Amino acid sequence: MKLSLVEMKPGQSGVISSIKGGAGFAAKLNQIGLREGKSIKKISSVFNRGPVTVNVDNFQIAVGYGKAIRILVEVENIEENSSRG
Amino acid sequence: MRKIVLAGNPNVGKSVIFSQLTGAKVMISNYSGTTVEFTRGQLNTEHESFEVLDAPGTYSLEPTSKVEEVASDLVEKADIVINVVDATNLERNLFLTTELMERDVPLIIALNMIDEAGHKGVKIDIEKMESELGVPVIPTVAVSGEGLKDLVDSLSSSVNIDKNSLSIPDRWSYVGALVGRIQEIVHRHHSWLERLQDASLNPLTGLPLAGLVLFLAFQLVIGLGDFLHEFMEDYIFEGPYETLLVYLSEAMSGRGFLHDVLIGQLVEGKIDFEESLGVLTTGVYVELGVVLPFLAVFYLVLGFLEDSGYLPRLAVMVDRSMHRLGLHGYSIIPMVLGFGCNVPAALAARNLESRRERFIACTLMAVAVPCMAQLALIVGLVGRFGLEYLAVVFASLFFIWVVLGLIIDRVMPGYTPSMVIEIPPYRIPSLKAQVKKLVMRIKGFLVHATPYILGGILVINILYTLGIIDYLGMLFTPVVRGLLGLPGEAVSTLLIGFLRKDVAVAMLVPLGLTARQFVIGAVVLAAYFPCAATFTVMVKEMGVVDMFKSAVIMVATAFSAGFLLNLLLDTIIPAAYLAAGLVALSIILPLLLGSSSDRRELSDLDEIA
Repeated sequence: MKLSLVEMKPGQSGVISSIKGGAGFAAKLNQIGLREGKSIKKISSVFNRGPVTVNVDNFQIAVGYGKAIRILVEVENIEENSSRG
Repeated sequence: MRKIVLAGNPNVGKSVIFSQLTGAKVMISNYSGTTVEFTRGQLNTEHESFEVLDAPGTYSLEPTSKVEEVASDLVEKADIVINVVDATNLERNLFLTTELMERDVPLIIALNMIDEAGHKGVKIDIEKMESELGVPVIPTVAVSGEGLKDLVDSLSSSVNIDKNSLSIPDRWSYVGALVGRIQEIVHRHHSWLERLQDASLNPLTGLPLAGLVLFLAFQLVIGLGDFLHEFMEDYIFEGPYETLLVYLSEAMSGRGFLHDVLIGQLVEGKIDFEESLGVLTTGVYVELGVVLPFLAVFYLVLGFLEDSGYLPRLAVMVDRSMHRLGLHGYSIIPMVLGFGCNVPAALAARNLESRRERFIACTLMAVAVPCMAQLALIVGLVGRFGLEYLAVVFASLFFIWVVLGLIIDRVMPGYTPSMVIEIPPYRIPSLKAQVKKLVMRIKGFLVHATPYILGGILVINILYTLGIIDYLGMLFTPVVRGLLGLPGEAVSTLLIGFLRKDVAVAMLVPLGLTARQFVIGAVVLAAYFPCAATFTVMVKEMGVVDMFKSAVIMVATAFSAGFLLNLLLDTIIPAAYLAAGLVALSIILPLLLGSSSDRRELSDLDEIA
């Protein structure tokens, strides 16, 4: 099931399936480590349209709401509710 | 002399290696974007002397920001590039490495933070990495100096690869496959630092933590700063130093131009450190007796926040609020730095992506974030009238910051895109590095502040002697008295404020102001214009046109704020209520108005999708 980073629950993980936006937008995210095919795990998000924090490889990235909503993830453990990791 | 350029992703330790290789002193922190311009140093080996250049961090040689452009340009001019690679983060770092390999320049890789990689369960086959890439790979731990000798020894064996250029997707798949072959990750348990890491990003625990951190920082700076200030005053200034000055004053028989400049005016036949306005009396007292104690404690606290890695987490927590002011979370960093000194803060704004963000951040910072030098004087002098008056000054500046942000965000075309930032791991700051940084910053303050303070006081004395202050005072009395309710001579503080704001605040003392007048003077002085040093940097960063717009905003804001305070404070609303009301408004207004930048970014999304 495909969800945006914003829709994912903390603790869920998955593989980035697409980044919606222009080439410059995607390039910026690619450089910092977010690109199609990467496994990520959502750590937390600040309520009321705050940034989403994810784990990629060995590090953490905070993505603002406006960008997080454009990153779609094929979520793996969908039935498992927000288990804190 | 051959040039070595240190290139690499942000926050991988380039500046630490630079400092270790050259002995040069540079600012080092645990977050991206500490270095915004390159620094030069020299490395002497047995055979050769090299010029070493420390470049700002970049993810790619195709730059997306001003800071990254600097890095890209430097690589062009290099004779040898040392590519600093974060061993804990191989895949992303090697993207830049492959780009560097395509440039016509000899390359060495410093595989830094190899110790941290070990703790994280990352195992790298260094020999294999060397043979796959075809360039020397030297494991290093820059902070402890491990591997740096090997790095220097290998300078002669740097290899120019000059591979064919790859497309971006091909480059990523090459890097991905390479990392798979040379790196192995073993599972291990979370450390307590990592648990704290997660807790400071979860809003339920992170927001209270952010509040606590800011509150403690504020308490520490004000409390400990004031303690040190009192100590200096009691045991140095009102002790041996005064005796010395009295002796000097008597030697000059208490008058003459030189006496006026060095000692200043005697108040009831005595030296008064606040009112005499001489270079050796008020000048030295303000710089060393008042500003230095507060500044030292502030930089101690800042150093800890920087090196622990907390600042980017604070950025995440305040991102929502900052969006309402047309900024995003990362612009909290220039604001925090601004409380130390506005100059490095204006430079740090370079890390923000768009011209719009830089304009808003620089303007808000220059208007509403008083530097520690100014704050020390405000706390010391306004505080005497009572805490409620001090609260009015802080509340007014906070209110200005919020309202100005709301207005500029709505008036200025475009929008501020949301942030994407790397969150560095928490690290326990090393005492040695902290002391080094503190000493460096205090030295910087003494070197940069002294000429302005001395110059400022010299200018005041000349202007007084020539009667220019009295003339200007008369000329501006209608504006200054009518609008702000201050005596005409207060205009002299606005003139000096351009040189040094701390001295300007001190100059309010001899005017014999009431509490409300002092508050108005302090707020107007903080907001009306940046000091000369900040102004110069802002012109360079923003350009003349934007600086002019920014300056118009500053002057208009300062005088409107002064006028409103003159109208309301103590005449209609008592100080304590006014302070509370302003803070409440500053919180409620943005909530009511929402964020216009957000709406624009989301509608932009619709167009793209």
